[in-house]
Amino acid sequence: MKSLHTQTIEELRSSLSEGASSSVELVEQLFDVIEQDAGRVGAYISLNREQIHREALQADEQRAQHGSNSLLGIPISIKDLINVKGNPCTCSSEILKGYISPYDATVITKLREAGAVMFGRVNMDEFAMGSSTENAALGTTSNPWHLDHVPGGSSGGSAASVAADHAIASLGSDTGGSIRQPAAFCGCVGLKPTYGRVSRYGLTAFASSLDQIGPITKTVRDAALLLEVISGFDPKDATSLDAPVPDYSAGLDQSKSLKGMKLGLPREYFMNGIDPEVEQAVRAAVGKCRSLGAEIVDVSLPHTNYAISVYYIIATAEASANLARFDGIRYGLREEGANPAELYAKTRAAGLGPEAKRRIILGTYVLSSGYYDAYYKRAQQVQELIKEDFKKVFKKCDALLAPVTPTPAYRRGEKTHDPLKMYLDDILTTSVNLAGNCALSVPCGFSEAGLPIGLQVIGDHLREQTILDIAYQYEQNTDWHLRKPESSHE
Amino acid sequence: MSENHSMNVAYIARLASLELSDQEKELFQAQLDQVLAYVDQLNEVDLSENICQLNRGLSLSELRDDVAKESISHEDVIQNAPASADGCIRVPKIIDQ
Repeated sequence: MKSLHTQTIEELRSSLSEGASSSVELVEQLFDVIEQDAGRVGAYISLNREQIHREALQADEQRAQHGSNSLLGIPISIKDLINVKGNPCTCSSEILKGYISPYDATVITKLREAGAVMFGRVNMDEFAMGSSTENAALGTTSNPWHLDHVPGGSSGGSAASVAADHAIASLGSDTGGSIRQPAAFCGCVGLKPTYGRVSRYGLTAFASSLDQIGPITKTVRDAALLLEVISGFDPKDATSLDAPVPDYSAGLDQSKSLKGMKLGLPREYFMNGIDPEVEQAVRAAVGKCRSLGAEIVDVSLPHTNYAISVYYIIATAEASANLARFDGIRYGLREEGANPAELYAKTRAAGLGPEAKRRIILGTYVLSSGYYDAYYKRAQQVQELIKEDFKKVFKKCDALLAPVTPTPAYRRGEKTHDPLKMYLDDILTTSVNLAGNCALSVPCGFSEAGLPIGLQVIGDHLREQTILDIAYQYEQNTDWHLRKPESSHE
Repeated sequence: MSENHSMNVAYIARLASLELSDQEKELFQAQLDQVLAYVDQLNEVDLSENICQLNRGLSLSELRDDVAKESISHEDVIQNAPASADGCIRVPKIIDQ
């Protein structure tokens, strides 16, 4: 039998229910491998062993009393910007040092109801601002496939924990690609749900109109299992959608094919700047989908080239307002000042990292008097054109296929001095957030250097089942998801 | 949009209640000017067609009823405050006598 910690949610559901193994054994195996790793992958910011052990024990007791909740005893790592009552929630920032969450986020309440064990808090870019987990004040996380490469970001700790078998699955968040990009870099499945599908209550806000929580997992079925637990209407989130939640995992059927599916290839996603190895792997995956019965059609999303500009105006504008709450008064770090204004400015200077400061300044600027119409309002107007582009293509396609990232993971430090260069890498993911669609990344190959490559499947609003179906058929007919990193080659 | 792609970083930082070192001011000025020069590409977009009617925000009829519900305890709130006294958050003097 495979070691417990290397198993998927699906596999653990049977191994745990057969009674041969326990959740306590499972979390102890995870503690061991994390300890042996000695911070080389470094996915975790904090790991409350006592609490995790207690929750695992409770799950085992429930199972003994014939409890059969869907995630009973399954440990899930949590990106450190989702509130879990009684735990720190640092957002990888010095400014939240000492903060203890006074409540559970709705996704955590739902995970608890399903019996999951909250397993440790994973690293991220500060306040989810970044694409490499290098903007992190509290530790370094590496790509398990090549330890001198970045895991992607901002949910880099989530993806690294899953890829290295340091967690069974993880919750991340995606504002401009922060679930899909690290999932692609680390060879995991990562799904950004439709805006409003999953409650944001208890998610520390970066850009409220774009943020969504979603799963990062070892397989497509695991993503479906986690998604069906965390989705659903929440009166505590005014943007939450009141739509029924399908039984996503039950919908996945190996005997189905892609016959009758029409999949679009947006030509703007295969333009200059895409690494040849990425393009080759994605085109091969498209060929595989065709051989599984899908009809492939060329489509155009003509405003794709403007997505980065629109995104960095809208996201930073919202961030500048959302991060105003970190002022040293109610929680976290405080640097004393002679008056409140001085206290705010000194606290924020000491507690926020460079990328958060840059984005607050840019966001304040685009909302400031005299510049609002030129930047913010224009960006909103172009955002409407991006939405129209997607509406048009989804009239003729069931879903779209594309790369997730222009390149595989890069070396640490390669892009940290050039923020614009780092921003431009988000070109293939931000449009989906701006349009509110759902999308996922599924492993579709490796570069010659042994770094994973992801295939992006993009769906219309609330078409999570469709993109899961496509990714599942592809995954079941390939074996990329079965490869494991050695976590030893530097 | 600004034609010379420049913002007064020091002034904007004050608006955002952010104290910056001279080194940060210089670095952010250069980096953000580059970003502003890039986002100027939005000027190319033809917005003459009136398809961009923005309909954002909630209408009053969509708001939920204002019902008091149990919330976070006073104790939990004070526990997170960096400075407190007598069950209140302590702050520097706001009003001069």
